Parts: sequence; C-alpha cells; structure tokens
Amino acid sequence: MHFSIYRYNPDIDSAPYMQNYEIELESSDKMLLDALVRIKEVDDTLSLRKSCREGVCGSDAMNINGKNGLACITKISDLTQPVVLRPLPGLPVIRDLVVDMTQFFEHYNSIKPYLINNDPLPEKERLQSPADRAKLDGLYECVLCGACTTSCPSFWWNPDKFVGPASLLQAYRFIADSRDQATEERLDNLEDPYRLYRCHNIMNCADVCPKKLNPSLAISNIKDMKLNDIKNRISDRTVSIKVHSK
Amino acid sequence: MVDRLFSRKYSGMRHWLLQRLTAVLMTLYLMLLGALLFAQHPTQYTAWKALLSPLWLRGATLLFLLSLFFHAWLGVRDIFNDYVHPLVLRSFLHGAVAITLIAYSVWSVNILWSVR
Repeated sequence: MHFSIYRYNPDIDSAPYMQNYEIELESSDKMLLDALVRIKEVDDTLSLRKSCREGVCGSDAMNINGKNGLACITKISDLTQPVVLRPLPGLPVIRDLVVDMTQFFEHYNSIKPYLINNDPLPEKERLQSPADRAKLDGLYECVLCGACTTSCPSFWWNPDKFVGPASLLQAYRFIADSRDQATEERLDNLEDPYRLYRCHNIMNCADVCPKKLNPSLAISNIKDMKLNDIKNRISDRTVSIKVHSK
Repeated sequence: MVDRLFSRKYSGMRHWLLQRLTAVLMTLYLMLLGALLFAQHPTQYTAWKALLSPLWLRGATLLFLLSLFFHAWLGVRDIFNDYVHPLVLRSFLHGAVAITLIAYSVWSVNILWSVR
C-alpha cells in the first residue's frame, strides 16, 4: 500500500517534506493506525501520537487524504492511494504528525470545563431527571481530538481569539447541564466579537467529527441562549421600571 | 440589558443580531416584491413607474437596500479582519468599502425619489 507522509524534524530538517512509503499489510491490518504501526516497523523515526487504538483517547487525530480524522477508526479499505497524511492543520508542528495542542487546551480551559454548583454536596450524588440527562447526549462524547477545531477556517485565521468548535461544544455541554449553576457567567464568558461569534456555521466541524457530533448545532444553541438571556434581562428591567413607576 | 447590548463588549452579539435582522427584512421585502411583480407583471417603463410611485413602497425599497448594504458591510468587514493583516491596507479596504456603500445609499435615495 502506498503512503505519502508529512515529515519534519526541526532539529535536522530545514523545511518539511513528503516521504513516500510502500508497505505490505497483513490481513489483520484493518485500520489506518495498523498501517502506521507497520510503517514504524521499517522506519522508527516517524513520529505520531497514539494510545487507545479505538477512538476514545483522541490522540491520533491527523489530516487523512485532506480530511481530519482519527487514524485508529479510519478503515484502510475506505482510503484511496496514495494515502496522504499530514499533521492537523493550523497548529504548530512539533515533529512529523505530532502537533502542539497547547493553544487548543488553553481555549478548553477558558470555558471552565467542570460543573459549577455552590449548593452543599448531597449525601450521594446530584441527581438529574432522564430528560435533563438526555440533553447531554451528543455533547459529552467529545474526546478532544481537535479534528473539528483544526478544520475550522475561523480557527485558522484567529487561533488566539476564536475558542473553536471543540471547546464551544464543551461550553454548551456545561451550559446545558441541569446541575450547573453558572449559566449566565458562562454566556458572558463567550462575549466579544471573536470568542463565539467568529463561527459562521460552515459546519466543517460536524463534517469531520470522528464521533459524529455536531459542534455547529451546539454553537447555534449558545447563540440562541445568549439572545434569550438578553431578552430576559430587558423584560426584567421593563418590569422593574414599571414597578418603580407605580 | 439594552445598554449592555449596545456596549462595545457586546458587539459580537449586536453584529450577529443585526446581520440576522437585516436578512429577515430583505427576505420580507423580496417576498413582497415578488407578489407585486406577480400581480402586476410590469413590462413597460410606465408600469414600473406606477409600481414604484407609492411612498410606502419606495420607503420599503430603501429599507431593503440599506439592509443589503449594512448586511454586506458586516460580512465584508469580518472577511478583511480575518484575511488582511497589514493595518494600513486593511484600513484602506475598510474605508473604500464603507465609502462605496454610503455612496450607494445616497445614490439609492436619489434614484428612488427621482421616480415620481
């Protein structure tokens, strides 16, 4: 099978280049990651991240034939040759297919990815109704591989300011959680022209997500909630003005 | 709150809202215009002139055009902010588009109010 893989070792190479590999696969090799492990058997200088090999850890996200995805759950039989592999676009390359995700996780941290609830801890756990729990479906499954964020042009042009689809999906995951008490604070945290509103719904994120999630829909939901938040504040104020005038 | 919505901090929400509001206005006008053209199907200059003579329709047409120009401004401004990084060039492009759209607005008033 024929591969063309992006190679760059900043300690040795003056510029990145594409390296061709021709390898024989075994019948047990089903996924792209299996093929990459075969390549490493003949060239152990090739660097990539991998861990769970079943689409749960999100480590082996890369650009596969022009589209971001996880190597471990991409079937070899679905790929056209030569298989062109590049690191995730828009992030600094550390070496070969390994990118620096510091900025990605800074955005993730900025949305406070944890429950905020100031009530005293209950004896066992904070309960949710099945309907409230169902609101988290399609949100909690994100593995933070970065495939969506690095396929988003808004992120490419404003990587330091636009939070990106992965972190915005996570922001909505906590906004939508009935146990969280910081909704207003979370909505205010996404104000300014860049953090949230740089999303123009082109939906590259939903197209590439290896877990079939839809960050674009979550972002639209946040925008709707922000609009309702403003409407509620206006109506609260109108009521208080009426009360004062009486 | 309203004053918060119009503060600089809320400009993201404000621009998003205005882009949608102008889109709704344009859609409503195009539906209205479509209905009028379907009902009257003007094929000659006099018929077009008669169609545009009521003040309310000229007002609605002007509102449509202003919505279009403002909608375009919000979109083009973001494109330049994203793609054109040299400040001088970006300021020039922003200025050129703004002046063009303002000129179009004045021109639209002139055209619409010259039809009597």
